Amino acid sequence: MARSSARDELGGAFDDDVLFDASSNTAFVDMTPGASPESPLAVHDLTSAAKDLVEGAFPPLWVRGEVSDFKAHRNGHWYFALRDAQAQVRCVVWSSQAKRLPAPPDDGMQVVALGQMTVWPVRGDLQFSVRLLEADGEGLWRKALERTRLRLEADGLLDPSRKRALPAAPRTIAVITSADGAALHDIITVARRRSPAVNIVVVPAKVQGEGAPESLVAALDRVARWADCDVLIIGRGGGSREDLWAFNDERVARALAQCPVPTISAVGHETDISICDLVADLRAATPSAAAEAAVPSITEQRARLRALGRQLAATAQRRQQRVTARLETTQRRMVTAAQRVTERRQSRLSNGAARLESLSPLATLARGFAVARTAEGATLSEVGAFAAGQRFELWMRDGVVDAEAIGTRARPGASGNGSASGEDSA
Amino acid sequence: MSYEEDVGRLEAIVRDLERDDLDLDRALRLFEEGIARLRTASAALAEANGRVQELVMAADGTFALEPRDN
Repeated sequence: MARSSARDELGGAFDDDVLFDASSNTAFVDMTPGASPESPLAVHDLTSAAKDLVEGAFPPLWVRGEVSDFKAHRNGHWYFALRDAQAQVRCVVWSSQAKRLPAPPDDGMQVVALGQMTVWPVRGDLQFSVRLLEADGEGLWRKALERTRLRLEADGLLDPSRKRALPAAPRTIAVITSADGAALHDIITVARRRSPAVNIVVVPAKVQGEGAPESLVAALDRVARWADCDVLIIGRGGGSREDLWAFNDERVARALAQCPVPTISAVGHETDISICDLVADLRAATPSAAAEAAVPSITEQRARLRALGRQLAATAQRRQQRVTARLETTQRRMVTAAQRVTERRQSRLSNGAARLESLSPLATLARGFAVARTAEGATLSEVGAFAAGQRFELWMRDGVVDAEAIGTRARPGASGNGSASGEDSA
Repeated sequence: MSYEEDVGRLEAIVRDLERDDLDLDRALRLFEEGIARLRTASAALAEANGRVQELVMAADGTFALEPRDN
């Protein structure tokens, strides 16, 4: 069977009998390609025929093995060997396929590969041409995520300090997602319910499959240039890992990080964490949760405005109270100061009065002395001022005695020249 | 001035007014502005006519919002 197939591949119109005759009968020269020294095959024809034959014999197959000697060529093709304890086969992943795989495998990784057994005609090597490659434990996906994450981290894009707060009262929300997906419907429904005042601007993008990352980057670019929104939601509903993969694309993540307004990422379900989730200002578990986070309910907003109004009024009131209190204090201080001045004056006045009192001759009278005065009011303080028979007044504490001098004399024991005359006159 | 900006400014005004070192004249002006913003924001909330639109980019790079059925 295999031999006849090979002959078919070589394009010969010969059969077993002819070939047999050719080897036994030298007179007959069979010019069928490869059938005689006179009609040799080109090497390329041989290997090409082997290629066609092998490809025809094997359908695409999944093969399990360990990766070794992995090499990524400059032109984007990957080369490695798949092996187990007994055997190995050379493998190639053409660049067109490699681009669709999340990450290149590492040597030693256990993988299953979907590929086509073939022959590489140039070398005549048996080769397994791989289209899909899956590492145990989703190793390639995790590796790809990790590589992207590390690059973004190195550029500081995952720094928690980059996270912006969502606007407390957004008016317009941009939504990047599939135009006909359930995610968009959920987001619109929840946003409308929470606040009928909020505007939603849909920026449609392809969210899965070929060209999805480019479409998402383009949508992010449009939002960035338009920028007439308060917050952005980017996301999609649940799906397989491959379906969600565009949201792990480094270009998408970088474009998201550049977004001029705060961003919310909502990719798939609760358990799916994407690179976009790491870059966005907020990660929502689902598109509905994203809408909930983006749109404060209108009752909350009304309450917030009422609270602000109250605070505003309170500041005015407080300020007025402060002004009133200051006025009152000032007034009190003025009154106190004025009182103190008056008191000081009064006390000075009464001091003066007391001193005046003590100086008054009337005070002397109060102590039991009498003053002799003429009717005209002149004080008679010396004996010499009296003449016998002279009328005068004696001012006492409680009244005046009209008196007449009988005579004058000196006071016993008093010194001075007035004494003699006093004695004489007395 | 968007609703968000109005409310943001209002919050800043309240913060300023809560400080004690503001002179009376400035405080009065801030208070008046605060009242105005509060009115505008409340009116915006009362409108409640949010729309669902689609962002469309023209060939010349300008943007337009087109209505969407939703």
